[in-house]
Amino acid sequence: MRQSIVRGWWSALGAVGLTEPRWRALPPGRRRAIKTATWLAILLVLIALFGVWKIAALAIAAVVALLVVPAWNRIPGGKFVLPVAVLGIFICYPWYVGWMPQLPIFGPFPQLSTVVVMLIFSMMALGLNFVVGYAGLLDLGYVAFYAMGAYMAGWFASNQFANQHLDLGAVGLFQGWSGYHITIWLLLPMAGVATAVIGILIGLPTLRLRGDYLAIVTLGFGEIMPQIARNGDNLFGTGFNLTNGTGGITPIDGPGFGNWAQTHLHLPANYLNAQNFDSLYLWTAIGLVAITVFCSMRLRDSRLGRAWIAIREDETAAAAMGIPLMRTKTWAYATGAFFGGVAGAYYASYKSGAFPDDFFFNISVFILCMVILGGMGNIWGVIFGACFLAYLDREGLSNVGAWFNNHFHTNLNVPLYEFGIYGVIIVIVMLFRPEGLIPSQRRAAELHEGVHDEPLYEAETAGA
Amino acid sequence: MPDALLETRQLRKEFGGLVANNDVDFTVPRGAIVSLIGPNGAGKTTFFNMLTGVYKPTAGDVYFDGERMTNKPPHAYTQRGIGRTFQNIRLFQNMTALENVLVGMHVRLSGNLFQAILRTPGVRREESEARDRARELLEFCGLRRKDQVIGRNLSYGDQRRLEVARALATQPKLLLLDEPTAGMNPQETAEFTTFVGTLREQHEYSVLLIEHDMRVVMGVSDRVTVLDYGEKIAEGPPEAIQKDERVIEAYLGAAAVSHS
Repeated sequence: MRQSIVRGWWSALGAVGLTEPRWRALPPGRRRAIKTATWLAILLVLIALFGVWKIAALAIAAVVALLVVPAWNRIPGGKFVLPVAVLGIFICYPWYVGWMPQLPIFGPFPQLSTVVVMLIFSMMALGLNFVVGYAGLLDLGYVAFYAMGAYMAGWFASNQFANQHLDLGAVGLFQGWSGYHITIWLLLPMAGVATAVIGILIGLPTLRLRGDYLAIVTLGFGEIMPQIARNGDNLFGTGFNLTNGTGGITPIDGPGFGNWAQTHLHLPANYLNAQNFDSLYLWTAIGLVAITVFCSMRLRDSRLGRAWIAIREDETAAAAMGIPLMRTKTWAYATGAFFGGVAGAYYASYKSGAFPDDFFFNISVFILCMVILGGMGNIWGVIFGACFLAYLDREGLSNVGAWFNNHFHTNLNVPLYEFGIYGVIIVIVMLFRPEGLIPSQRRAAELHEGVHDEPLYEAETAGA
Repeated sequence: MPDALLETRQLRKEFGGLVANNDVDFTVPRGAIVSLIGPNGAGKTTFFNMLTGVYKPTAGDVYFDGERMTNKPPHAYTQRGIGRTFQNIRLFQNMTALENVLVGMHVRLSGNLFQAILRTPGVRREESEARDRARELLEFCGLRRKDQVIGRNLSYGDQRRLEVARALATQPKLLLLDEPTAGMNPQETAEFTTFVGTLREQHEYSVLLIEHDMRVVMGVSDRVTVLDYGEKIAEGPPEAIQKDERVIEAYLGAAAVSHS
């Protein structure tokens, strides 16, 4: 199908005198210039259609900036330009979001609370990317780690255990509190470590399996976790209330730096009481995602990262090169679990609750979709995929649905079809761009050899 | 055998009712080049896979460098010093030549997860040294200036060379080459034969070779072992093997006639 569309594309262009060989023969600089001009032309047409000048200017600036990116790599320190710019755009978001105009079709820019959720999902997707993108292990039960992180926050930052009494730097405690209250700053790494341990425990028996079998077993674990959460109010009939059952654990403490830090350092004492509640959560989430990205990059370029990629490419050869398969895969699993756990704990703190209904199988698939859509193995791709799908989930679909209903005089409840729409997106991505929207170069090569059975006679042109 | 680097005792492999290797006793002396030959389906590759831990033997033992290796996982064999190539090339196709070699060095490097995240000075030094050594190895194997080429884009001969470079990167005491000249033209084969000779002279590797090409086997080996239907039918210096009647009958027959 992809082949026929590509062929149709070139025959259409060939009709106006631009055949594929002729295009390929052009010098790369000129090819890029033509591409830029084409995109600009398309954008101008869009502007004319929708009449939104402000956005158009921004979009043109973005496209031009992106197309100039390759040249930045040649400037010393230039590789930091793009990440710093992206970071700046996110950090300043609370200040300019009110100024931003309406987008065509998608409506207003996402609210702050949506952006926080987008970032939390980015972190989870980056965690899953260690397992799926780097080590090539299909994990359909990633939600188990998210749940573990959330319940860690539930256990150690709420009144859940009534006959315990421990306060470790927590903020915003009410009179008559009970249970464990550990400050979120300590709780986040604790949740990560606890989840990583769970990851290792799940991984040790399951990671011996290959491919489909591993996927099925992880699917099982992904189902077990929410069931434990749901039925954990009377654990094994002992009457011990671990998870508070379907009611979930709520409220959960917010992060904060305490009164001393507020007076002396002007840091917020308690996020939950602050005026700019969402902005604080947003900036903290940016910090967490930045740490995750940093770890992803460092690990990718390390001895361990090479071993992961080697296992993904050829397990037998990797073992013959002296890579201990079990241990290396378990590290990937534990690392992925760690970030899933941290993200889960942070999300629980943000929502001020851990509820068993949040941890169903569809969340595993949702996170996996983010990784696939953005581009397995590519950090920026995964972040993009996560932000986009989380945005659709929270706001985008209802906005698009409203636009659709207004223009076509229908009365559809578009968000109801959420997972159907994601399914269609994934099918389209796998058919036309199996490597994801922003692929890692390596992964692109791999998937194109695997997904499409290219006819033999095209083998010569495929590499050109 | 006084100084055996690799030794198998009564090594046996059965697949269901099929006996792929029938109680094979076999040794590779330190510093020797030993060839394993036999007709198709004689059990050479099965034997090879048992020597690298890919298959678990049904019975019998493998000793390497004085240590019993039976039933250890493949990476333990590499750790102790057995490096191998594959009959059908198994490079990491989407990694660069340099990265392929670096993966081969995995067992000789020590940086762990936390050191990698913090990029400690130790890891930094180790990585840059590893890169230098990898480039040297690539050059030694005739892949100069190909270090940034993706594995799948290398020519067939270069892929074979890269596999050897990757195996050498594990710093083996014994190098196992599974039909390394398969698919090579006569000139490449001749070059490769010289190259295997260099390996021993310059680097004191021992080599175990599975090979079909008799010119390679006879030109380079100190000892030849012949397998037929999973059994060892002859063992000795190349000249003696060429004259052994059971071998001629089982395997060399046509080849011996055509080459003489």
